[in-house]
Amino acid sequence: MQFMLLFSRQGKLRLQKWYVPLCDKEKRRIGRELVQTILARKAKMCSFLEWRDLKVVYKRYASLYFCCAIEEQDNELITLEIIHRYVELLDKYFGSVCELDIIFNFEKAYFILDEFLLGGEAQETSKKSVLKAIEQADQLQENIDFQMRLFPGVLVPNMASESSGLFQN
Amino acid sequence: MPAVSKGDGMRGLAVFISDIRNCKSKEAEIKRINKELANIRSKFKGDKALDGYSKKKYVCKLLFIFLLGHDIDFGHMEAVNLLSSNKYTEKQIGYLFISVLVNSNSDLIRLINNGIKNDLASRNPTHMNLSLHCIANVGSREMAEAFAADIPRILVAGDTMDSVKQSAALCLLRLNRTSPDLVPMGEWTARVVHLLNDQHLGVVTSATSLITTLAQKSPDDFKTSVSLAIARLSRIVTSASIDLQDYTYYFVAAPWLSVKLLRLLQCYPPPEDGALRGRLTECLETILNKAQEPPKSKKVQHSNAKNAVLFEAIALIIHHDSEPTLLVRACNQLGQFLQHRETNLRYLALESMCTLASSEFSHEAVKTHIDTVINALKTERDVSVRQRAVDLLYAMCDRSNAKQIVAEMLSYLETADYSIREEIVLKVAVLAEKYAVDYTWYVDTILNLIRVAGDQVSEEVWYRVIQIVINRDDVQGYASKTVFEALQAPACHENLVKVGGYILGEFGNLIAGDSRSSPLVQFKLLHSKFHLCSVPTRALLLSAYIKFINLFPEVKATIQEVLRSDSQLRNADVELQQRAVEYLRLSCIASTDILATVLEEMPPFPERESSIMAKLKRRKGPVNQPSPEEARQERERERSLNGSAEHKDGGATASKTSLYPSADLLDPTATPPSTGGSLLVDVFSDSLHAGATAPLDLAPANATVSNENFSRFICKNNGVLYENQLLQIGLKSEYRQNLGRIYVFFGNKTSTQFLDFSSTLNVHTKPADPTIDAGAQLQQILNIECLEDFSDAPVLDIQFRYGGTLQNFGVMLPVMLNKFFQPTEMEAQDFFQRWKQLGAPQQEVQKIFRAKHVMDTEVTKAKIIGFGTALLDGVDPNPTNFVGAGVIHTKNTQVGCLLRLEPNTQAQMYRLTLRTSRDTVSQRLSDLLSEQF
Repeated sequence: MQFMLLFSRQGKLRLQKWYVPLCDKEKRRIGRELVQTILARKAKMCSFLEWRDLKVVYKRYASLYFCCAIEEQDNELITLEIIHRYVELLDKYFGSVCELDIIFNFEKAYFILDEFLLGGEAQETSKKSVLKAIEQADQLQENIDFQMRLFPGVLVPNMASESSGLFQN
Repeated sequence: MPAVSKGDGMRGLAVFISDIRNCKSKEAEIKRINKELANIRSKFKGDKALDGYSKKKYVCKLLFIFLLGHDIDFGHMEAVNLLSSNKYTEKQIGYLFISVLVNSNSDLIRLINNGIKNDLASRNPTHMNLSLHCIANVGSREMAEAFAADIPRILVAGDTMDSVKQSAALCLLRLNRTSPDLVPMGEWTARVVHLLNDQHLGVVTSATSLITTLAQKSPDDFKTSVSLAIARLSRIVTSASIDLQDYTYYFVAAPWLSVKLLRLLQCYPPPEDGALRGRLTECLETILNKAQEPPKSKKVQHSNAKNAVLFEAIALIIHHDSEPTLLVRACNQLGQFLQHRETNLRYLALESMCTLASSEFSHEAVKTHIDTVINALKTERDVSVRQRAVDLLYAMCDRSNAKQIVAEMLSYLETADYSIREEIVLKVAVLAEKYAVDYTWYVDTILNLIRVAGDQVSEEVWYRVIQIVINRDDVQGYASKTVFEALQAPACHENLVKVGGYILGEFGNLIAGDSRSSPLVQFKLLHSKFHLCSVPTRALLLSAYIKFINLFPEVKATIQEVLRSDSQLRNADVELQQRAVEYLRLSCIASTDILATVLEEMPPFPERESSIMAKLKRRKGPVNQPSPEEARQERERERSLNGSAEHKDGGATASKTSLYPSADLLDPTATPPSTGGSLLVDVFSDSLHAGATAPLDLAPANATVSNENFSRFICKNNGVLYENQLLQIGLKSEYRQNLGRIYVFFGNKTSTQFLDFSSTLNVHTKPADPTIDAGAQLQQILNIECLEDFSDAPVLDIQFRYGGTLQNFGVMLPVMLNKFFQPTEMEAQDFFQRWKQLGAPQQEVQKIFRAKHVMDTEVTKAKIIGFGTALLDGVDPNPTNFVGAGVIHTKNTQVGCLLRLEPNTQAQMYRLTLRTSRDTVSQRLSDLLSEQF
């Protein structure tokens, strides 16, 4: 896999992971181009498309699009399930995950991804093992005042779609 | 508020993120960000006492700002500090920042590497993993230099934790992709292969990816992985769905690992060991069988995972291209998917069938699905699926179905999406030419193309139709009549005017006898389009007019009047004005004889590769770098663009050169191959024979010549000819009668550019593109003509510079006599009659030999067909025998050949008898074919 992008229906990039060296300018260009292309596609269309000399595999979960670029010989269907497994991991970790979780805890989303995929290849496909690794790490944390974690007032009205669970769809 | 975030919340970060989200405009967002950046800067610069938590929070904010798309140029030092912290969450954030905002400052890199080194040596698995993730994420050369030697050690050490092994394997994979020269091969490689036997499936999953990457580069070093991978795969596919516990995904046993193992096996040919091969075939059959079982779950994840494994298995079957039964089963399975309700499956089935179509064993089976594919073209709602259907129709096209496929593509073109129209136009043009038996059909097809999709018809296409009409005098009259009729339409595409102008200018006389298309009518028709056309087309029409003056003296006065008008003689465009002046003058002063010589009919173009083909390849091919052939086409195209209308506008061009020797107006495509930089090589050409009695021994004596894969090509036309650690040479070849064309693909397997690359074929022709970029592929096209029967094969001499050292070796090109076979079908009676006629002792060669492979009837049949003869059923009274017939085409003669193969399964022996009219041919064919069984 060459890269993975998560973006919203409004076209905002929520997470980007690159497994090939590219300059920032090129990354932004690719991001823009793919977001546009994919958002223009209709719901029932197939999940794969040819793009440059790569194959793009994408799937929408609620308000979020997950999109992977893979190489010519790579397997499209298994990539689709890589996306699904990643969503399952996020869901299990955050408890019914929604787009907001990924916005506010983007660093966690990256950590989970690193436990699952490394160098663009599946590292550990067992859900239990990945979550165990992440939770072990969480237990290593220093004592944080509980009040620092949570506070009211973050929710703003236009968040409705972003706060719907990814699996509701 | 999102669900409770686990781990450590950072209140300041959350507040900042919601602030940004509340910004009503881009300006407000930038203002808020700048305020935050100033704040963070002052905190970092201020009094030293920033605690770990604050540092982490600020670094995280910087990361968030960067990911929003803003530039960040500070904070690296603080991140490096965090990375060296003992607190896990601080370390984690430090690593994340460093991985995302890679920096090339060397002092910083030294500090980062130091931190990583400490963590790698810490023996704390979570810290080790973090540092390995960082190396894998950054993957820079500096990191490879610092750690490439340590990681293999960690990977194979007995006491390394499983999770660390997994990270180490993929970390090594990433470094190998980015800097393979820095990853040392060594005794660890053998131990890595044994990770395929590991208890922990996660370790096996990671290791398989690593081994696949390494095996692609040096297959010999990892050969032992084949048997281990097959054993592992066999255990997975036969396991009950719950056996693998958490590695079972929606009732599918370890789908990711299965796909990876099947992918690894695609780095190798089918195993030679019979038992191993049998076991693999069993696995593949089991996977194919499972596809027919009722699903264990209705969830799409179940079917996706199951089918992912199935498609990968089919990819392996196609890669091996050796088991006809499996290939046909694969084809049937894909046939079912063509009508599946899941769009994704239909898409993949079409894609996968495309590769099946090129296998000799399954081409016919693919063709049976033609109606479904045509239907897909008409009814699919998704353009990317329709695109796949077009590709598949193109791939399955042969002489038997060309008319149907071309007609369907043409009718689809009327409504096709703009994004894919140009490609369809090219494909139709290629198919129409390739399979034209009747050139009137070809002309009709191309004119239809121009009518339906004129804007997408590129120069290559309309140049080509003109070349073909000029070269084939049997179609010139028809072409003139057809363009004349097409031009009657009130609105016709400019490309049609160009083709029409050119063809009528050359061959208008062929239809001038009919009063409805008399010279004057033809001229008026062309001239009625003149004012609507662009300058290049008008220039072409002017040339057509001067040709008319030569063809039809009766319209001379009319045309001179047109040329003389102010709108021509004083045209603002220099080119048009010049033509008008020169043509007018020429028509006034030259005698009829001179005119006839100057404006003579264009000579035939040399036969050569269609530039349309090159253009199609340029669009679709895996080649990123233009191949020398393509680059040449490109240059020609540019030149012809510069010369726009001068490019072949009748005999006038040729004459202009003689009139004005300095003008470089000669059509580049009309240059004979000997002087043009063409790659056309007649391997057995006369010049060679004249120069040397043994032309095939011209290969440099000092270079080693490889022929290890030579015999594999006797019954096959495509495959890998040669492979070493640096270079892979693949071949695709096609033959028709005494002509052949070989596409040679040179793949650079390394990450370093090859310099001074050359590949020459005994005769030095045009130098190939002298560089092949890392990982890139270069294509060379060789045209072959068989002049007389032969037994030695030509040698391709390869030279290039890789990292300073000169590589030089020869590869024997698999051009054998049997490639020039045309199969001949005949009845038993005819066969025996001819058999008797070839009864002279020197005409027959018989050989008895032991079977080297399993004696399988289907395989034998496929091999005889692959050899080039027709396989004749019901001729031999003994049904277990095989009988074949064909004709070898050389330039001067044709040699009829009959063969008979008698297997004796008990003795594991064969008897092969060949009868041909020439003893040398019988002997050579016998030698070639007897090696195959």
